[in-house]
Amino acid sequence: MIAARSMGDALRAALNEDDRVILLGEDIVDPYGGAFKVTRGLSTDFPDRVRSTPISEGAIAGLCAGLALSGYRPIAEIMFGDFLTLCFDQIVNHIAKYEAMYNGKVTCPVIIRTPSGGGRGYGPTHSQSLEKHFFGVPHLRVVASSLVHDPADVLRVLLTQDSPVLLIEHKLLYPLHQMLPSGGRIDGDIAEVHVPADGLPTVSIRPVPREDCSFTVLAYGYQAELARRVLSRLAVEEEIFGELVIPSQISPPDWEPIDASVNVTRSLLVIEEGVGGFTWGSEVAARISSRFFGELRRPVATAASDPTVIPSSKVREADMLMTSERVEKAIRKVAA
Amino acid sequence: MTAGVLSVESGRQPGAASLPPVITTTHPENGNTSVHTFVRELGQDVAAEVNHATPIAGEADARLVGVPGEPRAERLYRRMRFIRRFEQSLLDLFERGLLNGTTHACIGQEADAVAVIEHLGDDDHVFSNHRCHGHFLARTGDALGLMAEIMGKPEGVCGGIGGSQHLCAPGFMSNGVQGGIVPNAAGIALAKQLDGSTGLSVVFIGDGTLGEGATYETLNLASLWRLPLVVVLEDNEWAQSTPSSANLAGSIRDRFTAFGLGVFEIDSTDVEELDAVAERALAQARTREGPVAIVIHTYRLCHHSKNDDNRPADEVAARWELDPIEVHGRRLGVSARAAIDTEVESALQDVIDRALAL
Repeated sequence: MIAARSMGDALRAALNEDDRVILLGEDIVDPYGGAFKVTRGLSTDFPDRVRSTPISEGAIAGLCAGLALSGYRPIAEIMFGDFLTLCFDQIVNHIAKYEAMYNGKVTCPVIIRTPSGGGRGYGPTHSQSLEKHFFGVPHLRVVASSLVHDPADVLRVLLTQDSPVLLIEHKLLYPLHQMLPSGGRIDGDIAEVHVPADGLPTVSIRPVPREDCSFTVLAYGYQAELARRVLSRLAVEEEIFGELVIPSQISPPDWEPIDASVNVTRSLLVIEEGVGGFTWGSEVAARISSRFFGELRRPVATAASDPTVIPSSKVREADMLMTSERVEKAIRKVAA
Repeated sequence: MTAGVLSVESGRQPGAASLPPVITTTHPENGNTSVHTFVRELGQDVAAEVNHATPIAGEADARLVGVPGEPRAERLYRRMRFIRRFEQSLLDLFERGLLNGTTHACIGQEADAVAVIEHLGDDDHVFSNHRCHGHFLARTGDALGLMAEIMGKPEGVCGGIGGSQHLCAPGFMSNGVQGGIVPNAAGIALAKQLDGSTGLSVVFIGDGTLGEGATYETLNLASLWRLPLVVVLEDNEWAQSTPSSANLAGSIRDRFTAFGLGVFEIDSTDVEELDAVAERALAQARTREGPVAIVIHTYRLCHHSKNDDNRPADEVAARWELDPIEVHGRRLGVSARAAIDTEVESALQDVIDRALAL
C-alpha cells in the first residue's frame, strides 16, 4: 500500500478507535481530501470531526492546543512543512510548554502532521525540510514517517501518550509503497526493530550480519529510502556493506539502536535533507563523538542540503538538495 | 470542634508538595468557618485550632472573596479591594527584595475582572494574559496559591515554575505571549461545543494584543464556527510604554464587528456598570449563536510591570479620580467599608505570612 493511503487509513483507524480524535487543516475535507489526498474520504465519514479551516496556520495550531487542554486528541495538518513557521509560536510557547509550565496539571497532546521536503520543483517556500528548527524544543517530539514504519502503529502509540508531536511526512514518500519489516526482513535484507519504552521503533537494515558491516548510515524519511536503495545496490554490485538505521522519532533521538550499530561498525554517516549547518547530523555527531571518543575509525560524517533557498528549476534544485547521487557520494566516502 | 459541615482537604494540588491536612468546619447557621490544621507529631495527629480562617493553596478565604449572605455591593467592593491590596502587597514585597522576577499589576482594572467573572460558573473557562492576577483571584480566590507561586515556592499553584504570568487552576489558565492565548481559548470553546456543554470560554486580552495576527485568525474562525467564545478586551490606553494613538488604527469595535461578533462596549471603571454589561454580554454568548466581545475602556493606574512608568503624571493623576475602588466604595457605608478593608487586610496578611513561612 502506498504511504499516502496508509497514513489515511491510520487516521481513519484513529477516528474510529477514539472519539476524542479531531482533524483540522486547510482543504482537508472531501471531495478535495487534502493537498496530498491523505485525508480523502475521512470528512464524509466523520463530518463533525474532520474540518477544513481558513488559511490560518497559527489558529489551527492554537485551536488544537485548546482542544488538547480540554481532553481532546487533535491532529492538525499543515499543508506544507514550510508553513510551520506560522505555527512556531504556538508550538514552542504554547503547545510544548503547557504541561511543564503548569507543573503537570494539564497535558497538551497535539499532533501536527505536515508534508515536507523537496524534489517536486515547488520552489523556495513549498519544498523545505524545516524540522531542524524544532529539534531540541523541550517537551516536543519530532517524528518522521518512513516506508519501514507503519503509520497506524506510530499513530496508535502517539495517541496513547501525552507529548505534543510534530510528524514530518516527506511528500515524495506518499506515492511509494510501504516496506514494512516482515519475518525479520525487508526486501531480503536483515531488518531489526528496536522498540524503546516510549514505543516508537527504530528499524535497522543490513544486507549481512552487523559484524560484517563497515559503517552505519543514520537517516530518516525520504532520505532513508534513498540510502536504502543505494546501500542495497552497493551490497549486490560491489560488496560494500553498511547498516542503515531508520528512526521513527528523530528528536529527541533514541540513542540505543544508534549506539548498538556504531559500537560495532565504528563509523557513522548521518544524512538529512534539511539544509546544512546546526543540524540533526551535528547533534548526533557531537553525541556519538563523545560517546565513542577514541574508538571511531573516522570522524562522524554528515550530509545535508546546501544552505541556500531551494530553486524551482529542476536542474538547480537537484544541484543543492540531497539527491540519490549525493547520498551515494556521501556513503562511498565513509565506505572507502 | 464546632458542629457543622465538615470537609477534609489534603491541601494538595496535583504535583505540588504536600501540606499538612486541614479540616474546615462551616457553621450551618451563620456560615462562619473555622479551620484546624493537623501537625504530625510523634506519630500522632495533633489538632491545633487556628484563630482565623486560614486558607490553604487551592482554597478561597471568605474574607477576601465574599462572606456568605453579604449584600452584592459589599461583595463586589470586597473582591476588588482584595485584588487591589494583593497587587499592592506584591509591589511592596518586590521593593523589600522578597520576590524574584517580574509582575504586571492590574491596579485600576480590578472592576473588569470582578464584574465579568461574577457571571461565570464551573462549566466556564477563563484564559488570561500577562496581567492575570486580578482574573485569577476573581476566578479562584486562591490568594495563597498565587502568592506562593510568585514567591517561587513548590506549594504555589504551578510549583513555582509558572510564576506571575503562567497560572493554571480549575477553570483558569494564563500565558505570557499575547495573541496566542486567543486561539487557545477558541480551542477550549470548540471543545465545549463538541462536548455539548453549556459553558463559555472567556479570554481576557489588552489593547496591545490587537497588534498580533493570531487574534484575527481566531476571530474569523470563532465566528465562522459560532464558537462559545467571549473576548474581553481591556483597553487601558497603553501597550507597555506606547500609547494607543501610536499603536491602533481605526476603531477597536470595528475590528470585532468586521468578523461578525456581537460587541458590548463600555467606557467605565464602575463595577456596577461593568457588571450590568457583562451580564448582558454573557447572556448573549450563552445563546450559543456565536462569539461576543466585551470592550472595556479603562486605565492602568500603575506601571506596566515595575518602575517603568513614563506616562505624563497629570494624565495618571486625573485617572486616579476614576479609581474603581473609590467609585464603588463611596456607595458603601463608612463602617461597612472600613470593616471590609480590615478583614481584607488581615486575611491578606495571613496569606503573606503563611506564604513566606512555606
